[in-house]
Amino acid sequence: MNVIYIMWLRQLKKYFRSKSRIIGSLGQPLLFLLAFGFGFGAIFKKAGAGNYIQFLAPGIIIMSVLFTGIFSGIDLIWDRQFGFLKETMVAPVSRLQIMLGKTLGGATVAALQGVIVFVLTLIVGFRPHDLILLPVGAVVVFLVALLFTSLGIALASTMEDMQGFQLIMNFLVMPIFFLSGALFPLEGLPKVMDVIAALDPLSYGVDGLRFAFIGAQSVFGFGTDMLVLVVLTAVLLGLGSRLFERIQA
Amino acid sequence: MDVIQANDNIITVSSLAKKFDDFTAVDGISFEVKKGEIFAFLGPNGAGKSTTIKMLTTLLHPTSGQIILNGFNPSRDKDGVRKSLGIVFQDPSLDDDLTAFENMQFHAICYKVPSNIRSSRIEELLKFVELWDRKGDLVKTFSGGMKRRLEIARGLLHHPRVLFLDEPTLGLDPQTRNHMWSYVKDINKKEGMTVFFTTHYMEEADRVAERIAVIDHGKIIAMGTGDELKKQTNSETLEDAFLSLTGHKIREEEATGLDRMRRMGQMWRGKRR
Repeated sequence: MNVIYIMWLRQLKKYFRSKSRIIGSLGQPLLFLLAFGFGFGAIFKKAGAGNYIQFLAPGIIIMSVLFTGIFSGIDLIWDRQFGFLKETMVAPVSRLQIMLGKTLGGATVAALQGVIVFVLTLIVGFRPHDLILLPVGAVVVFLVALLFTSLGIALASTMEDMQGFQLIMNFLVMPIFFLSGALFPLEGLPKVMDVIAALDPLSYGVDGLRFAFIGAQSVFGFGTDMLVLVVLTAVLLGLGSRLFERIQA
Repeated sequence: MDVIQANDNIITVSSLAKKFDDFTAVDGISFEVKKGEIFAFLGPNGAGKSTTIKMLTTLLHPTSGQIILNGFNPSRDKDGVRKSLGIVFQDPSLDDDLTAFENMQFHAICYKVPSNIRSSRIEELLKFVELWDRKGDLVKTFSGGMKRRLEIARGLLHHPRVLFLDEPTLGLDPQTRNHMWSYVKDINKKEGMTVFFTTHYMEEADRVAERIAVIDHGKIIAMGTGDELKKQTNSETLEDAFLSLTGHKIREEEATGLDRMRRMGQMWRGKRR
């Protein structure tokens, strides 16, 4: 057993032990599915765009992965606050291993959350278009999880306490979600919105998952989706480990 | 002569300094700790104790000066230093959402305790601090004293050459405090493990420490055995000696962002301690 594994295992144990957190985090996706999915369903259909639940479900799955990923990364601040980070920082192990273990653990948790929300969407009436493409969807979900957990850790490495958290939620995470096309099609939008959506990394995750789950025509092209996600994850992992190494407890 | 001395000392600190922006926390201190010694590092709040410990344990980079710990220099060979030391921090550093056993296991893996002896050593230490029957309980259900004992057991798990204890008895009742020191002294004797500790209880320092250094405003202002310090200041007790060395003025420590958040977290999670 090595350090990366034990860090990963720790994240998972903590996740499964906080039942209230798991249940609590299902409230939001469920609310979105009901309010938007059924609320706008009729109009969506009238506009000739088909079944809105089918369209929305991949977006909501990705949303929950985004939120859980960022939270799992920012969790680092709690480790710091409750002193556990110091215990790992005085251990004779490389900072990179600590950071990788934490990232992989957080990403696994975020991806699991995605799976749970996927089950939720099935209950609400979502039907994946082709079962063979489910593993492709799983890959997309895990990449998105990895990307945003790395982002969370990179952010947490620069933060002393939770003071900046509201700022990050309102000016980073919420815009990333709302402007990604998770809730609406990225076609026929004003030019500005097109540009913003193209700059939003989550757009590629949503687009990729829609391609895998509902056989939608990919907006950016599935290859592009994967490339953007992989490259950005690599960049953020690199940045995260740089910032993490600079932490002095 | 020099060589013999170098071999005798497990910690050698020379002209060590740490500056934060315009504030000098540690101002060029030098001292040695002998192998197997129990060494107390005393000082009022904000005197530079914790900053020194952080530098000795690789958590902070010194601004200048040199440290040699068990033959390793923390600026060059951090892992060498890290392997040599065990530490019990001033603030709790356990994972509350893991069990006592899991906290120990995590530590054992980080310090590469061989897997064939891992479980037996964890068992031995948990029995030693009388927590074996609580091994499967989450740490958040433990009292302050139990957490401390677990942290001490954890600090000893990889058989460190030097054990750092930063105010280890803070908030513990006399029973637990005595218990703790008897463990630590026992291991100090049996294994020749060096102990470096800080405390605000002067009577404790006088009783336990073989040698004492007093730090104030980032400088070491006195060093010697308890009796030497008392003689030097013409005092009856170490507390009086300490006060005559450092004055009666009460020191203020500014709350850091971390303290603020700790409070916030306490409200959030309803934590004790």
